[in-house]
Amino acid sequence: MPNIKTLAAREEKQARFAPGHSLCAGCAEPMVVRTILNAIEDPVVVANATGCLEVATSRYPGSSWNVPWIHSAFENVAATIAGVEAAYNALRRVGKVDRRIRFVAFAGDGGTYDIGLQSLSGALERGHDFLYVCLNNEAYMNTGVQRSSATPACASATTSPVGDAIPGKPQDRKDLTSIVAAHHVPYVAQASVANLIDLANKVERAMSYEGPKFINVHVTCPLGWRTKRDSAVPMAKLALETRYWPLYEVEEGRYKVNYKPKKDVPVEEWLKGQGRFRHLFKNPDLKSKIDDFQAAVDRNWDELLRKERWTQEDAPETP
Amino acid sequence: MPGKAVLSGVHFMNGDEAIAEGALAAGCRFFAAYPITPQSEIAERLAARLPRIGGVFIQMEDELAAMAAVVGAAWGGDKAMTATSGPGFSLMMENLGLAVMTETPCVVANVQRAGPSTGLPTAVGQGDMMQARWGSHGHYELIALCPYSPQEAFDLTVRAFALAERFRSPVLIMTDEVVGHMYEKVEIPAEVVEARRRTPQVPPEGFLPYKPDEDLVPPMACAGEGYRIHVTGLTHDERGYPDMSADAQDRLVRRLCEKIKRYPDEYTLWEEHSLEDADVAVISYGISARVALGAVELARKKGIKAGLLRLITTWPFPNEVVRSLAERVQGMVTVEINLGQMSREVERAVQGKVPLGGVYHAGGRIHRPEEVLAGIEEVI
Repeated sequence: MPNIKTLAAREEKQARFAPGHSLCAGCAEPMVVRTILNAIEDPVVVANATGCLEVATSRYPGSSWNVPWIHSAFENVAATIAGVEAAYNALRRVGKVDRRIRFVAFAGDGGTYDIGLQSLSGALERGHDFLYVCLNNEAYMNTGVQRSSATPACASATTSPVGDAIPGKPQDRKDLTSIVAAHHVPYVAQASVANLIDLANKVERAMSYEGPKFINVHVTCPLGWRTKRDSAVPMAKLALETRYWPLYEVEEGRYKVNYKPKKDVPVEEWLKGQGRFRHLFKNPDLKSKIDDFQAAVDRNWDELLRKERWTQEDAPETP
Repeated sequence: MPGKAVLSGVHFMNGDEAIAEGALAAGCRFFAAYPITPQSEIAERLAARLPRIGGVFIQMEDELAAMAAVVGAAWGGDKAMTATSGPGFSLMMENLGLAVMTETPCVVANVQRAGPSTGLPTAVGQGDMMQARWGSHGHYELIALCPYSPQEAFDLTVRAFALAERFRSPVLIMTDEVVGHMYEKVEIPAEVVEARRRTPQVPPEGFLPYKPDEDLVPPMACAGEGYRIHVTGLTHDERGYPDMSADAQDRLVRRLCEKIKRYPDEYTLWEEHSLEDADVAVISYGISARVALGAVELARKKGIKAGLLRLITTWPFPNEVVRSLAERVQGMVTVEINLGQMSREVERAVQGKVPLGGVYHAGGRIHRPEEVLAGIEEVI
């Protein structure tokens, strides 16, 4: 399993993702991308959907990508990497390539949960050998913080603005990780910028399987969440501690929750550090929304523990 | 955000916001869209405005869905609209054709940026003009309007809704990034006439949903009004039922085209500047026409008799306007932010009567008046 030393050594040697990009100060994405690319030793080809990462790492006249890189449109990164992988297999079959090459697709939550879902589902079902990474910052940050189906309930976004009529986004977030797991692909996981070693381990484990792999990574967006610029890791960590964003993996259908907080930290602690939820704390009429939010978090957590119990015979009974 | 639909008064707003306000003033109560630069300001304004006046804003999962939702909403009885830019416009094409085939009144705004593909997401283009005309498959007609200021963006959006209902057809607002993001004075009148839908004048028993009136446009009944409706993208008869014969296809497609083509006076809008004594006519539209106007002034200062024909309606193309202008001038220059799209239509209308020139570039900026002036000098 990779540790800080091996990751750092690979960074020295491979330097697959170069600095000098224009991602916002405090953005969580570059740490995550660098960790993922360093967790893989084989040669890598990257496909990148339209989004923050693509825009900010391929700005005229330079590029941060020291690996073969293809930008698709917004809705089709999974189809694009599927084409690349299929072509590679064709070449390998006729003996024109013999090296093992790894294929990684990066997209944001807009490009994965919404416009790219059909393309992702198709690639998962066809069984291409690739890793799909969703960099989930919970809204369309690149175009100005419009809500996505990953945006949590009650978050104020520019297309779900808080006002008399709505308390921020009226709908709950979509459980994309479960949707992907329902494709019965070999490896599915949730990870977070708050635990990069866990992320690196997950990438390594994912790459030990043939076929489609998927990791949904929670990445703080100080701009869209309206948090401090130095809050990327602490805010993501609070999401783990409050069980809002559980770290777990589904390996060949078996669920494993990677981190179970010992203390009950109310989700309020995560909400209150973010400007996009400020109205919930200012307006007494909206106080009940925090309770609803907590109830949804509890329900999801319980469901996850049940899935773990059902699928891991040797998993301990949870209290 | 104010809780009334028509914000009568004088405002300082950009073209995107003016389109949003024009839609509300015209009676639009349903807007489905997907965020894209440089359209997002339309969506964001309507997301804040519509819920407060009893309307519906839905952010869809992509532009295919946005256009499909608009078709559904119109059949549910609302005045419905979507807005997008290049890549999203491409995704809307199939359902735009559905709106044509099902004679669904709706408005689509395209705030054009430079393509192809992702192109220059934040910078101006006018490269979707032919796509607006021919982007969906099959043969059809529709109306496209090109505002050149925020004020006109408001006015033409109101007009677009009226035309959509009048002809039971999608109407396009083909604006561009510069007009969309440009802030100017916008005056919203005390009263705006809401677009009206032509409803059936017969009892439900005798109603045929695709039986046209004399002007070839059928009255429209919506779901839940007691009339039998049957909506399909298949070739259909007057009942709305599929008819797979070549005759039915020919009859239907000809009527769909003819109902619009027969009435150019109702939608053909243009503006003339200094054309009375002009030797050279500059033809342009949208933001390019504003630059062209500056170039005409420069030319006049140099003693060249130049004038401007500003197309406001680009589709159906105002053939007659351009053809008759060709009788009066010695040359024409088309100015647009693409490598020559509407200029092909100019060429067809003029049929070789006068020499033609064009000042084109592929997008990312507007023209400089001096470039247009050089084009004028070249043609004389």
